[in-house]
Amino acid sequence: MDDTPRTPGISRLLGVLPGTGRSALAAFGLVAFVLLPGLHLFTSGKSPLHVSDYVITVGGKVMCYAIVAVAMDLAWGYGGILSLGHGLFFALGGYAFGMYLMRSIGRDGVYQSDLPDFMVFLDWKELPWYWRGSDHVLWALALVVLVPVAIAFAFGFFAFRSRIKGVYFSIITQALTYAAMLLFFRNETGFGGNNGFTDFKRILGFPITAPATRVALFMLTAATLAAALLIGRSLVTSKFGRVLAAIRDAESRAMFLGYDPLWYKLFVWTFSAVLTAVAGALFVPQVGIINPSEMSPASSIEIAIWVAVGGRGTLVGAVVGAVLVNLAKSWFTMAFPEFWLFFLGLLFIVVTLLLPEGVVGLWRRLLRGRAPA
Amino acid sequence: MSPVRAPPPLHPDFHPEASIDAAGPGKLDPSHRVILYLEDITVSFDGFRALDRLTLYIDVGELRCIIGPNGAGKTTMMDVITGKTRPDSGTAFFGQTVDLTRMSEPEIARAGIGRKFQKPTVFERHTVFENLELAMKADKRARKTLFATLGDEARDRIADTLRLVRLASEAGRAAGLLSHGQKQWLEIGMLLVQEPKLLLLDEPVAGMTDEETDRTAELIVSLAGEHSLVVVEHDMAFVAQLGGKVTVLHEGSVLAEGKLESVQNDPRVVEVYLGR
Repeated sequence: MDDTPRTPGISRLLGVLPGTGRSALAAFGLVAFVLLPGLHLFTSGKSPLHVSDYVITVGGKVMCYAIVAVAMDLAWGYGGILSLGHGLFFALGGYAFGMYLMRSIGRDGVYQSDLPDFMVFLDWKELPWYWRGSDHVLWALALVVLVPVAIAFAFGFFAFRSRIKGVYFSIITQALTYAAMLLFFRNETGFGGNNGFTDFKRILGFPITAPATRVALFMLTAATLAAALLIGRSLVTSKFGRVLAAIRDAESRAMFLGYDPLWYKLFVWTFSAVLTAVAGALFVPQVGIINPSEMSPASSIEIAIWVAVGGRGTLVGAVVGAVLVNLAKSWFTMAFPEFWLFFLGLLFIVVTLLLPEGVVGLWRRLLRGRAPA
Repeated sequence: MSPVRAPPPLHPDFHPEASIDAAGPGKLDPSHRVILYLEDITVSFDGFRALDRLTLYIDVGELRCIIGPNGAGKTTMMDVITGKTRPDSGTAFFGQTVDLTRMSEPEIARAGIGRKFQKPTVFERHTVFENLELAMKADKRARKTLFATLGDEARDRIADTLRLVRLASEAGRAAGLLSHGQKQWLEIGMLLVQEPKLLLLDEPVAGMTDEETDRTAELIVSLAGEHSLVVVEHDMAFVAQLGGKVTVLHEGSVLAEGKLESVQNDPRVVEVYLGR
């Protein structure tokens, strides 16, 4: 049937990108894998070219957010599924990997116990059953994937089978993350209550704040972001992606052609949840803390705003939106901390009314306007 | 395997028990001349009987026109056949073995029933070509679609269909940019590549020019025989062009059935519909 020689997976993945996408990816790789790490590790702190800890940490953090935004865009921009509960999956990934980081502290905690400090503080004598195995990094990584898969699949199956759509779905996801936040706030839940996990010492035996460790995590995050974009692009340009968008635009037409929306939505929804959890797992060692505030309804709404600002249904727009909004947030929360939420709300209204296709849509319109007719 | 409940055999050719052994449940077995059995179908919405003990049979290869005043139950009947609405009582069988009242919309579509909506419904943000690609008969389960590629044969089929519905020059355009009549034709093209055994067409020429209407009539007539067709239509001239048997629906059940001329001269039909 197919006589064309098999091409290796990676070049097939690259093949889904247009020329500009490939150049952008190459530029991104140069900055994230050569320029920033080099300037951080091999220049002295006094050099004007030196890239500080702060830049590496914030860069890693924002890239984690960008991965979440890509995941969100796959579900919302292409699947029409607006989740206002993705903070839950982000936190689940973070907590799952955080368990490993807590166990890696060993006896270097305040109470010099084998148990994490917060358990000693609660006067617990042994680890709860669900902490078993969390000292093995592979098990922690498996949990990062398996827990969100189980929750997203079960929730999505019943929601999509009942044909819950649009704003009703969004409200339920919002309630879901809120309920989880309340659960994680409780000390009895066994995840450190409102303090969450912090004071990590090392990862895989390496000191967690050492420059080389930071750079390694930074590069790993950059690689994950690039992979998320490539896999996302190949997904949305496949026949699956076209069916998904068809279901988004005219669900009953797609059903009468023989497509069952349940499995299409469930796949993209679960994939999106896992990608978000992986970003959460990368976030925790770089930022050094995970607590239930990541599951607050506002955090999840913010994720949707990143995608709306960048332009949904474009993937690259999600990255642009996550970076722009978070840079604005860094500046605003220092300059006018009390006005940040007002600004965020205003931004959302302005984008919805004036830029329905986001920054990327605006950019494309400008390019088209400039191009000779 | 789901047990198939035996409906009261109103139609002399209807023997689901005998045929399930031969074809297996869920497999279309049109071996008894009739492809669609609707028997005693009742659908009520808040006490209003949209369909009232409707009984209707469509033969294999037949072209049937359904007419009737607004609210006669034409669209509800389509909804029952395609699984969008569950009847309160009655049986709906596709061939001898496919119990339509127990299947979801996608399952019914895969079993071989295609539907064209009254308002042309295409995927507006997809190109004309992609619309046909998505409609094309294939394994439409999600895990198969993930790695599906479009073969040469399928491309040829799409190209042929594009020529048939006269949209070859529009293949790369977004379907939302087509004119109303072109969208109607695209939707008909999508139905064709879906390769259904039974086509349900709800007012296929609404909004078409006279010339487009003539061509549509020609196309529909040419499809009969290989496909079975049910056409819901208001336009009497168009119904006359199609020929074939006509069923008049009134208040959810069949008022008259037969050749257009005899139906038109039926005093009951004249009273409820044509006379006004």
